[in-house]
Amino acid sequence: MGRNMLDTSVSLDLSGDRRRLRRERTIRWLFLSAGVFTILVSVAIVLSLVGEAVTFLQSIASEIDEGLGSLIADGWFPRRDRFDLRTIIWHTLAVSIIAMLVATPLGLGAAVYLSEYAKPGVRRVLKPVLEILAGIPSVVLGYFALRFITPDILRNLWDGTQQSNLMAAGIGVGILIIPLVSSVSEDAMQAVPRALREASYGLGAKKWHTSLRVVFPAALSGIVASLILGLSRAIGETMVVAIAAGATGGSLLQLNPLYGGQTMTGAMASLAIGSDQVAGGVAAFQSLFFVGLLLFLMTLVLNIGSERLVRRFRQRY
Amino acid sequence: MTVRTIGSPVTQEMVRRALEGRQVNIINPLVALLLLISLLASLAILVVLLWDVVAKSLPVWEGRGWSVITNDLSPRPAETGMIQGILGSVMLTGIVVVLSFPLGVAAAIYLEEYARDTRITRLLVANIRNLAGVPSIVYGLLGLSVFVKLILEGLAGQVSGRTLIAGGLTLSMLVLSIMVITTQEALRAVPLAIREASFGVGATPWQTIRHHVLPVASPAIFTGSVLALARAFGESAPLLLAGAVLSTFFAAPEGTSLIDLVLEEKYTALPIIIYNWSRQPQQEYVALTAAAIVALLVILLVVNAGAILARDALERRNRM
Repeated sequence: MGRNMLDTSVSLDLSGDRRRLRRERTIRWLFLSAGVFTILVSVAIVLSLVGEAVTFLQSIASEIDEGLGSLIADGWFPRRDRFDLRTIIWHTLAVSIIAMLVATPLGLGAAVYLSEYAKPGVRRVLKPVLEILAGIPSVVLGYFALRFITPDILRNLWDGTQQSNLMAAGIGVGILIIPLVSSVSEDAMQAVPRALREASYGLGAKKWHTSLRVVFPAALSGIVASLILGLSRAIGETMVVAIAAGATGGSLLQLNPLYGGQTMTGAMASLAIGSDQVAGGVAAFQSLFFVGLLLFLMTLVLNIGSERLVRRFRQRY
Repeated sequence: MTVRTIGSPVTQEMVRRALEGRQVNIINPLVALLLLISLLASLAILVVLLWDVVAKSLPVWEGRGWSVITNDLSPRPAETGMIQGILGSVMLTGIVVVLSFPLGVAAAIYLEEYARDTRITRLLVANIRNLAGVPSIVYGLLGLSVFVKLILEGLAGQVSGRTLIAGGLTLSMLVLSIMVITTQEALRAVPLAIREASFGVGATPWQTIRHHVLPVASPAIFTGSVLALARAFGESAPLLLAGAVLSTFFAAPEGTSLIDLVLEEKYTALPIIIYNWSRQPQQEYVALTAAAIVALLVILLVVNAGAILARDALERRNRM
């Protein structure tokens, strides 16, 4: 039988249905363009900030007598061409430091308790408290600072407290960042390997010793990252400061926390309210973007720093 | 027969103490107590805050009833109401859903399901993380310069670009990065085996995502999105810049179409009303602001609780 081997060979086209392949490619391309869009958002933010900030510097350099010297003047009064950066930066730092003094002990204490001490039942009840606190809008804390913290707490402690003051704003911001600090540092402590705790107990260490002298230092970079993240949030927080720290229109540099003052974000908010009718001042409107750019850069540096720390932490364990 | 012990009673006592540790261990319970107190402090703050706001709002509910919700804004504190703010916030959130949900989910699907570990992918991931850390007021500046000034007043030629769409676009940009991150987490929680099984029977990437990955991840994506939307609902700093007008709004005549309302009319939002009222010097506004805060918190509570219940229902259905 002279059977030809070639007859039985089958040729298969494995390249797939061309229409289906095209559809797959289109879909993949659509998803990629959504990802690329997020880069466009960043680019738009940077361009609009830098563009207007440059306009601001140019116009104060050319149109105001003091020129760039008005960036160091007596107080921050944008409608009167006085753009003292020291004033708003120092006030921002004052509010942030007070906020961190509130959030660090409460946030870290809560984190250690939830991570090392709390039994599952207790945890189920207490952890949502922090989640609810995290969900409260910042305007609400602004109101709380202005109408409760100042009159019912600060005024009872110190008679001379002004109605709007940096202290109440700082405490309000601090309350706002407690959940952030505690959840990031709790994650860091949870990531510490069990073996470290077991080794510590094996050597006869007690619970508190294991928690505070073994687990806490082992999670330190994550904990520091949570504090940096909290600081970045505190610097950028607007509504609490705009409501409770006061000084609409401008303020002089003063470092008494019981008096009012404008922070960077507070200055931006008060400019924004008036920006429909910018009365007087050649560059008041653009100064908004200049301060915004400073704020953006400060938080960017802090966020990148904390990201680095978290990554180093993840690599180690 | 008597039990014989070695050494004097004093030595026995010393040995016992050495083995059992110091008689009273004060540090252990003390540390536990201090830590618990710092956690309970947050609970106390939450309770005081809610109690204070509700107590301060009581006179308004008793004196005005529902009219404080349903009235339009008015310069007279006795007649003013917050319905325009509630409507404005609901419409803003609607715009945010339409824009940031599809974009955010699509970007997350790309990063989790398609992207290989290249330099561009790493840039995308780092960029999204940084966007999530940008202060909300900076998004307001973006909205002011791009949406209000450049697009609406410049390209579209409107007299005032401070319209609902400008605010909605601004909030969408703010929520986008959060949306991407929560969706990424939801997708990452889907077991790899589901994808492998699907590829194993010859499904394409899109078929795998559409029929196998997304259905499993959807409850988590849903809850994460609702939480992100709740954040947008309570957000006010960017709206101060991107156009929510503080005192008068929605002066639109009866019968203005929804599209005109969104594209051309002034607007306000509930958190902006809270901000504005909290700054008023008259005493009546203390209670009015508290009432608006109660309304805002109740809306957020209902939405969040609804999202959690819906997630549980979805997960139960998936398991069957």
